[in-house]
Amino acid sequence: MSGSWKSRASGGWSRWSGALFVAPYLAVFILMLVVPLFIGIRLSLTHGDLFGIKSFVGVDNFTRLFADPVFLQTVWNTVRFVLLTVPAMTVIGLALALVLNYQTRWAAILRAIFFASSVLSVTVVTLIWRLVLIPEGGLAAVLAKAINLQPVAFLSEQALAMPSVALTTIWWGIGLPMVLFLAALQQVPRDLYEAAALDNASKARMLRSITLPSIRRTLALVVIVEVILQFQLFGQPQLMTGGGPNNSTRPVVLFIYETGWKQWQLGYAAAASQILFAMIAIAAMVQYFLSSRKDAA
Amino acid sequence: MTGIKLSGVSKRFGDVPVIDNLWLDIRAGEFVVFLGPSGCGKSTLLRLIAGLEAIDAGQIEVEGRRVDHLAPGARNIAMVFQQYALYPHMTVRENLAFGLRNAKVPADEIARRIEATARSLEITELLQRRPSQLSGGQRQRVAIARATVKQPALFLFDEPLSNLDAALRARTRIELAQLHQQLGTTMIFVTHDQVEAMTLADRIVVINERRIEQIGTPMEIYRRPATRFVASFVGTPRINLVAVHVTGLSGNALARLPDGATISTGVSYSSLPQANMTLGLRAESVRVADSGAGDINGTVRVVERLGDRTLVHVALSEGTLITAEDRGNSTVQTGQAVGLTVDGAAAHLFAADGTAYHGAQQ
Repeated sequence: MSGSWKSRASGGWSRWSGALFVAPYLAVFILMLVVPLFIGIRLSLTHGDLFGIKSFVGVDNFTRLFADPVFLQTVWNTVRFVLLTVPAMTVIGLALALVLNYQTRWAAILRAIFFASSVLSVTVVTLIWRLVLIPEGGLAAVLAKAINLQPVAFLSEQALAMPSVALTTIWWGIGLPMVLFLAALQQVPRDLYEAAALDNASKARMLRSITLPSIRRTLALVVIVEVILQFQLFGQPQLMTGGGPNNSTRPVVLFIYETGWKQWQLGYAAAASQILFAMIAIAAMVQYFLSSRKDAA
Repeated sequence: MTGIKLSGVSKRFGDVPVIDNLWLDIRAGEFVVFLGPSGCGKSTLLRLIAGLEAIDAGQIEVEGRRVDHLAPGARNIAMVFQQYALYPHMTVRENLAFGLRNAKVPADEIARRIEATARSLEITELLQRRPSQLSGGQRQRVAIARATVKQPALFLFDEPLSNLDAALRARTRIELAQLHQQLGTTMIFVTHDQVEAMTLADRIVVINERRIEQIGTPMEIYRRPATRFVASFVGTPRINLVAVHVTGLSGNALARLPDGATISTGVSYSSLPQANMTLGLRAESVRVADSGAGDINGTVRVVERLGDRTLVHVALSEGTLITAEDRGNSTVQTGQAVGLTVDGAAAHLFAADGTAYHGAQQ
């Protein structure tokens, strides 16, 4: 019985020593994330401007937001952007990882090239893609002229502006899903593929029956991470289109920024932030429950 | 009928030759064990037959059909992997069905075969489980079942017992022998464990440094090893190897040990290429006798009591260690002076290049 007494005592100690280890992180987490979250929630229930909080207005800001066509347009833009980018990044990232998951020099060079864009800042990335997409002398325009086509104004055409921003973002961010998938693929034991080869499985069958089930946790991770990242779209439309044409590329974060820091409607912007927070949380949770249900099955 | 025929098979990894111009015929229904130390190329040879590696030269035939240009799945071969390689996301039943479905076997035939195989390997109650819910021994049986259910022309086993504990290994060994009797299919089994090789094989192929040292029945390999390597790799305890000087005595070789003692062997003297050779003596042909009564004299260094017999490690006067055998209830003590009686007819002589010379009666 002394054994259990001892382990209980050491359990108590390790509980406290464990808390000590996480304390520095916890302090930063609470100060920098939890506290601002609650300040934001409080702010969203007030009417405030450059000179501070004026009055408590309840859910007024939220009711106004849901009646604001510009805000609703930005919500739709953001959702549309997420739908354009996240599936594409997941599929292209996985495809690149599958193609480059070899121990050859060329595979290593190409992995580095595909990842390289991820280290660039948003200003550089948008500059590069503006140079590609502008109709006057841009790369796309030059190529179009070479095959006798009319150059297209990608960024000022309402139907093409958001897909162009999405394309830029995919090019910029494809490195992260690719390396996550590569890491997962390298964890799949090689003898499973060998056993499948002896079991007469085609490449497509191996992908479906061995690769995808083996990396499904990473698949879920990539989707959740990308959903969270892409919902926060900001820099690309701000620098490439300024939210236009006709608000078609204005995302929620740009709306929050302009409302809060250009028009100084702090309460209104804070309320929009809470709605974005809820959107991300719901999307991530839906994805999480879907993937964990598949796990259990 | 020929089961497997390897003709001039070679394989290199970059600049490193792994298999060099290898020829081998395996009869249909034979149980052949590839035996050799780690890195000798035995697993590579198995993977070449399976098609998991491509051969650089030569050809491979299975039941008269050339297969070396075929994909692994088209060779009608099943393999049991060292780590089992069960598909972790499928149940045992799905694991068994996977290969059959890919081969477009009708569903009712698949169900029938799985039931029959599961019954004979006693895994029926495991069919709904996943590999992660099975013990090591159960996984092993499922891996064997997955190979059996395909009814292949050839089974390949890549050290399948090395992950099991000693008791389970001995049991599975017997079950594999029974499985072979039951199915009568050609089997190739790779191992570095000579006990597995001796107990399972119809014929053993001893491989060392990319080439075949000897092909023979377990007793041929044990009693008439073709080379010094085979003699020292097969047999527990390891064969005694002593440098000797050989002279002739009425047609047979007389070996003079470093301490001056002589042993008359059954090996024909005229066949020997040189005078300085290595004498090979199995422990069971060296018996412990009273001090001064044997062919050789020495001092006991270590006594290993195994129950049914006792192994006695004896140092000769100049230091050479010889392992001898004594009866189970031996009273020999460490430090005691003993004599050793040598059965010269069972002695082997090895030339400098490793070639073995045996007496006529072995």
